[in-house]
Amino acid sequence: MSDTQSHNVAFVRETFLPESAPPSTATGPVKWIKDNLFATWANGLLTVAALYLIFLVLSSTMPWIFAGIWNAESLAACREVLDGVSGACFAVLTERWNQLLFGFTYPTDQYWRPTLAFVLLFVAMAPVLFFDLPRKLLIFTGLYPFLAFWLIWGGTILAPLLALAGVVVGYLVYDRLVKNSFAAGFFGGIVAAFVVWYIGGFLISDTANENAMLQAVPSRDLGGFMLNMMLGITCVSLSVPLGIALALGRQSNLPLIKGICVVFIEFIRGVPLITLLFVANVMLAYFFPPGSGVDLFIRVVIMITIFSAAYIAEVIRGGLAALPKGQYEAGDSLGLDYAQSMRLIILPQALKISIPGIVNIAVGLFKDTTLVSVISMFDIVGMIRGPILASTDWNGVYWELFMFASVLFFVVCYGISQYSQWLERRLATDHR
Amino acid sequence: MAEAQMQVSDEVAISIENMNKWYGTFHVLRDIDLTVFRGERIVICGPSGSGKSTLIRCINALEEHQEGRITVDGTLLSSDLKNIDKIRSEVGMCFQHFNLFPHLTILENCTLAPIWVRKTPKKEAEETAMHFLEKVKIPDQALKYPGQLSGGQQQRVAIARSLCMRPRVMLFDEPTSALDPEMIKEVLDTMIELAEEGMTMLCVTHEMGFARQVANRVIFMDQGQIVEQNEPEEFFNNPKSERTQLFLSQILGH
Repeated sequence: MSDTQSHNVAFVRETFLPESAPPSTATGPVKWIKDNLFATWANGLLTVAALYLIFLVLSSTMPWIFAGIWNAESLAACREVLDGVSGACFAVLTERWNQLLFGFTYPTDQYWRPTLAFVLLFVAMAPVLFFDLPRKLLIFTGLYPFLAFWLIWGGTILAPLLALAGVVVGYLVYDRLVKNSFAAGFFGGIVAAFVVWYIGGFLISDTANENAMLQAVPSRDLGGFMLNMMLGITCVSLSVPLGIALALGRQSNLPLIKGICVVFIEFIRGVPLITLLFVANVMLAYFFPPGSGVDLFIRVVIMITIFSAAYIAEVIRGGLAALPKGQYEAGDSLGLDYAQSMRLIILPQALKISIPGIVNIAVGLFKDTTLVSVISMFDIVGMIRGPILASTDWNGVYWELFMFASVLFFVVCYGISQYSQWLERRLATDHR
Repeated sequence: MAEAQMQVSDEVAISIENMNKWYGTFHVLRDIDLTVFRGERIVICGPSGSGKSTLIRCINALEEHQEGRITVDGTLLSSDLKNIDKIRSEVGMCFQHFNLFPHLTILENCTLAPIWVRKTPKKEAEETAMHFLEKVKIPDQALKYPGQLSGGQQQRVAIARSLCMRPRVMLFDEPTSALDPEMIKEVLDTMIELAEEGMTMLCVTHEMGFARQVANRVIFMDQGQIVEQNEPEEFFNNPKSERTQLFLSQILGH
């Protein structure tokens, strides 16, 4: 302790004060409750009112849920069992479980195929989502789309193998030509892939599907929550790279590329998704060569993908704009070329900034897949509104069905949200 | 100061002939002629807006010039991207705000360009990086992120990052103006050490003590032009132009 006098201006500290713990009244649960729930008289009143409101909601819904009937043949049977008591009729979920998940025309004895594809999905996603896992797992991730396609649609294994061959050939051509110029590699790769697919198309005979190992299932037989998952995952994984390309294109110095990207983004953003889906349903077939019969599923995937890619592009553009100019200059001054500085310096940082926005759009996209029910695809909402509610057995069971659909979507969307928050914390390196 | 080591050779490192640059219609650099010999340490000073930063940023094509020729190490700076990338990999640059990559560790910051531009094997690049990090006296921070370092440390990492590319010329764009006074010295010491090893350096700075000690030439710029250049002794003790006298009286006056 220094013994300076208060009226003395000159002061020299001789001993530095040690750190000490805060007083005990400043910590602990009682203090928390007092601070956060009953800080003032009005605050306490609000707390009590809020608690009463929660009680009201729970006291009316909980008995309804707990009195729920899980086994019954129809709504009428349910009501008989309930005998006037207020209770849910969850029997519709157990009775129509498979229809809700797989649609009503997927072959019943083949349900193991989409289920297996769903389980493998987690294996395929793991190395992408958690980059501490061994990088070799990415090989499986690369093969997964073809495997899942074969499992879900069945038919000849030649089709997915041909698709894979096209991608591999396209990549090899790209890799060879890209040394000369990026444009040559990019377009050369795309052309090569299409050539392989076109020629390969002749090699697969029309009867290949008939004696295939897995029974072929046409797209119109897909349905239920499986369809939502398929659309959601395919479209998110395609629209993120497309969105990155559009965002970079919009910043390009080349007026033509910039113009195309701006027009594309502005046009797609200015059109409601539902009109795009109607276009996919009715009109898009005109743009493909006659007889090619591009599948409705693929047409819908294209539409949802470009729709969300336009939004993602704008989110990423925000991330790019948030980076200080010095980051670009530092990359340039070290001699990195455009592709390297984008890949190694700009995009990792811009994407990190854009994570909340991208997740926002991914979650929105996933829920928007239910819109396909208006173009008569039987996703989970289409199943509920169509075959299930229209049946004489279950006509009138709204709450239980839509609650179930909501829970499924909530679980997935909440999972995405939690993952993104973990990712943001994991990537936070600059403000430690 | 080891004067003997700081020899200037006859070999031309950078030559700038008749260079002009405009931002829109604003004429920022006017008829710049400058020849830098290998081993020279040039300090460029001048009031803000005089075009001194723009001048050195033209040398590695961070800014585009509209007229005149810039030749770096015999390579003519044209709009050809291959030439630009070649020059940039030979010319190191340090910025006022360090511009380290915040998402990479210190070591990764230093190995990035050697690995991707020079195609150096990762192990070798890491050894080089550690060598230069030791040189700037922060090898123990190699696995931290830039955000965890002080400003002075960050600027020294930025110097090490440039050195890892084994540049033949170093450009410094006000390397100490964003630093706290206590940290300026550690950065200047690193730069002095570099000069003693014979690095060709162009520094935009207001550290006049550094200029006196290290520079073999001081250039004063105003309104986009080179107003005066001379050896530091002569420049500080006996400035010829009125503009230079005014500038020096203002920055040395307190």
